[in-house]
Order: sequence, then C-alpha cells, then structure tokens
Amino acid sequence: MPLLEVREVSTFYGRICALDHVSLDVNEGEIVCLIGANGAGKTTLLNTISGVAPARHGEVLLNGAAITRTPAEKIVGQGISHVPERRQVFGSLTVMENLTLGAYSRFRRDGRASINNDIENVYLLFPVLKTRHKQLAGTLSGGEQQMLAVGRGLMARPKLMLLDEPSLGLAPLIVQEIFRILADLRRQGTTILLVEQNARAALRCADRGYVLENGRVVLSGAAAELSESELLQRAYLGKRNHRNRSG
Amino acid sequence: MTFTEQLAQFIVSGITQGSIYALIALGFVTIYNVTGIINFSQGEFAVIGAFIAITVAQKVNLFRGQFDVELEWPVPVAALIGVGGAVLVGVLLYRLGIQPARHASTLSQIVATIGASIALRGLVLLAWGTDPYRIPPFTQGKPFKILGAVITRQSVWVMGLTVVVVVALFLFFQYTLIGKALRASAANPGAARLMGINTRRMGLIAFALSAGLGALGGIVITPVTFMTYDRGLMLALKGFVAMIMGGLTSPFGAVVGGLALGIVESLAAGLISSGYKDAFAFAVLFVVLLVRLGGVFKRGSGEALERAGL
Ligand SMILES: Nc1ncnc2c1ncn2[C@@H]1O[C@H](COP(=O)(O)OP(=O)(O)OP(=O)(O)O)[C@@H](O)[C@H]1O
Ligand SMILES: [Mg+2]
Repeated sequence: MPLLEVREVSTFYGRICALDHVSLDVNEGEIVCLIGANGAGKTTLLNTISGVAPARHGEVLLNGAAITRTPAEKIVGQGISHVPERRQVFGSLTVMENLTLGAYSRFRRDGRASINNDIENVYLLFPVLKTRHKQLAGTLSGGEQQMLAVGRGLMARPKLMLLDEPSLGLAPLIVQEIFRILADLRRQGTTILLVEQNARAALRCADRGYVLENGRVVLSGAAAELSESELLQRAYLGKRNHRNRSG
Repeated sequence: MTFTEQLAQFIVSGITQGSIYALIALGFVTIYNVTGIINFSQGEFAVIGAFIAITVAQKVNLFRGQFDVELEWPVPVAALIGVGGAVLVGVLLYRLGIQPARHASTLSQIVATIGASIALRGLVLLAWGTDPYRIPPFTQGKPFKILGAVITRQSVWVMGLTVVVVVALFLFFQYTLIGKALRASAANPGAARLMGINTRRMGLIAFALSAGLGALGGIVITPVTFMTYDRGLMLALKGFVAMIMGGLTSPFGAVVGGLALGIVESLAAGLISSGYKDAFAFAVLFVVLLVRLGGVFKRGSGEALERAGL
C-alpha cells in the first residue's frame, strides 16, 4: 500500500477548477517530485493533501485511511508536514520559537525534553540556525528562512513531508545544499513529495515524478525516464538543450 | 496645596484611570492580533464584570425588584466571580457571534461586535437598571501621601493589579506554549494551522482573555468611580484610543497609551476644565484616525488574503 494515495481529486476555488481528477501515489521512502508551469496547480495539490484547500471530489488516503475532509490543523498530527510556498515562517517569533511550534502537534505526547533534543538535531542539519536561535525569524535572510521552514517542518517528525519550492529565490549554492539535505532526510526514512520549478535538480534527486498542466497530470514515471521525455525536455528542461547547443 | 502638589495629584489620578484604559486596550490588542477583529464590546466586558461583582458583594435587586440577591460575599471573591462571569460572556460572544460568521469579512465581524455591545448594554439595563452602583474598596484604611498627592488604597490596588497583570501576560505570551501559539496565529494564521494550531480555538482564548482583562479593569475601578450600565461605550472608546496611540498591535504600546491617555485627561480636566476631559481623548482619536485610518483596517484584509492564499 502506498503511504499517500491521491485518488481522482478535484479541487475548486469558488468556480475555478484548480485540480481536475488528479491521481498520484507516494510510496514509503520515496522522493517524488511534482513539476509544472506557474498556475498548473502544484501548490493547490499540496494544499489539498494538507487540508488547507480540501478536495471537492475524490479522496486522499494516508496509509489507506481517508484524510480528505480532515482539517489542516489535525493532519500534521497524523504524520504529514507541509512546508508551504514562500516559507511562511513566524516573522515576529524567534528561530527557536518557530522550531518549538513546529512540534506543536506532538507536544503533549512527547514532552519538552524530546522536543529540545529534536531542535538540536535541526541545528546539526542547519548550523546557521543555531547561531541565530534568538533572532526574530523575520530578520533572517531568505535562505536562512527557507532552512528554518524546512527545520520547522521536520520538528513534527513527519512520515511524509510536502515541500513547496524549497529552492525559490535561493542562490545556486544554497539550492544544492537544500537538495543535499533532502537526500539526507530520505536516507533517514522521511518520505518526500517535492514541488519544484527547478525541474532538472528535482528530477536528479527524486525517484519518480509527475507533471501537472492546467490541473491535470499529463505525464508521470521514473525520474530518469522523465528527464529523457520529449515533452519535458521541450517545456521544462529547455535550458539544458540550449546550453548543449551553445557548449 | 501648591502647584506641584496639585500636579502630582492629577498625575496620580491620571495613572489610576489610565490603568483601566490600559487593561481595556490590552484586551483590544489581544483580540486584534489573534483574530484581526476590533472588538467593540470590550467596554461591555468591564461593565458586566463589575455588575456581577457588585451583585455578589452586596444586596442588589435585579429586574426592577423581581429578584433580591443577598450574597454579600467578600469583595475579592466577588471580583474573581465577576472576572469569571465576563470570561464566560466573552466565550459565548465568540461562539455565538463571531465563529458562525468566520467566513464573513473582518469588517462584518467588527460590526457584529458593535451589535453585541448594544445587546449586552440592553441586558445590563434590564437587569440592573439605570442606578449607579459602587462596591467598597478592596481594603479599608487611610490613604497614603506621596509628594503631597493623596493616593487612596484602592488606587494602589488598581496600579498594583495592572502591573501584575501586565507582567503575567508578558510571561504567558513569551514562555508558555499556548502563548507562543497565540503569537504564531497572530503572525501567520495559515502557517499556524499547518503546525497543528487550531486558530479558532486561539480566537476563543483571545476573547476569553480579553474579557477577563476588561472585567478586571471595570471591577477595580468601581470602588473609585461609580459604575452605570452605559459606561461601556466610553470605556471601549478610550481603550480603543489607547490601543491606537500604542501602535495598534503592541501590548506594551497599549499599556503606555492607556496610561498616557489617563494622565492627559486628568491634566486637561484639572488645569483647563473638567468639560474638556473627554474632548481631549476624542481629539487624540480624531487626529490618529485622520493620519492612519487606512492602517486600522488593513491588517484585517491582509490576513484574509493570507488565509486564502496559503
Ligand atoms: N486562493 C485562490 N483563489 C482563487 N484561485 C486560486 C487560488 N489559489 C490558486 N488559484 C488558482 O488556481 C490555479 C493553480 O494555482 P497554484 O497556486 O496551485 O499553482 P502552482 O502550480 O503552485 O503555481 P506556481 O508555480 O506559480 O506556484 C491558478 O490558476 C491560480 O490562479
Ligand atoms: Mg505554487
């Protein structure tokens, strides 16, 4: 059984149909990436899974149990952590407080000690956060905020992590760093569903991928196959062809 | 009495009165930060809290003599019950008035709080009538004298309790998990939900907390000045002015704004004429609104966008 199963999901904003019968699976231990142009519905799909924009039709199953209508604040407790687009850190709270709140859903169950221990683990992953633990999150640089957003997401100890464009607006070196960390996380047993504009980098670290267009899945398969597919070459990996020609 | 003694006296009574504005303004800021709503029934919390305390503390007949209540419990106990009763009113207001309208715009929710304040005022009028009430001071005894100014024991209670509440509130917001969750909901409600924070429950807590703050203000001032059913509107407006003076979102600013407003009022009343007391507060309100009316309602709509956009 896949860890996450999205079955024929349609999601609307008022009368606008943002997802049209989308199906997708994520197996335990995989990195699956979601590629698509602006407005294709990638963010909406993550929001539908995490309960922020519930589906009108279809079903979302986690470990076989329906979570389609579960409100967003309950879903994180069931093991899905959503790191939203554009970071959305709590700007007026400190780095440490942001991380603490990342564990809000398991505070009662696990207690303070285990949470402090996990904060230290996040600091090992992102040492720069440790040096800034008392700083207000709103005053961090964009890259640091992104690391904080990922770290905060990890604090929930998710089975499945939804990441929405973690490389958005970051310098190439930091993007590499983020992807290296994603690979690390997978090795430690976290399953990842990743939305990326940077299709090439995403396909390089992912096992499988889905391509969304106008709210529909138009292509899916193993990452290696996808990188070779003509449609993707043309639409999303265009730069590489260009570079090949010039170089 | 020399001029400096007079001045000291005005400042002392200004701080006493300003403490109440500060408590009410703190309630405004708490609700505004967490929900984006400006709760205009904030003053009614003070009135209802005070009337419940009055009813518990002394003989009162309610509904034009229909019910005689003769509890005559000690004032501190009555004060606690008054705060508790107002908290209950705050919770009911949120559950029945705000939560059902959660899909409406922030502005409609604000209008709902205005409606609630009128309804609550009517209820208080029905139950307690138009008479002014007062309760005995929390402790009896001779007033203190500092720099020639007379400070009653109740004034000390007012200032002391305000300090205690402000410190406790600071510790609560800064160091408890719920306090942090409230601040997170204020900073980014969409992201707060993704952490598992139930933002509706946070709204409920904000209303309960603010009702308690308002009630405390109303109760401690009742031994100093009389309480009547219609004081809520003025208290709410003064608290609102204090909140705006303090920068709208800052609890610390609200306290400073409340104290400053109290002192300014008291000086204006003492040095110019007591007729100018309220006029001064509204002159401040007028100027502030003129300068930043846009800012007052901006956060509400911004938050709505944030909620939808995430
Ligand atoms: N809150 C909303 N209200 C109305 N329409 C929306 C809302 N959010 C998204 N949409 C619409 O739904 C469609 C899908 O948007 P979505 O944000 O999922 O795209 P995306 O693939 O994440 O794009 P991007 O790469 O730019 O982030 C778009 O046409 C968008 O205009
Ligand atoms: Mg998006």
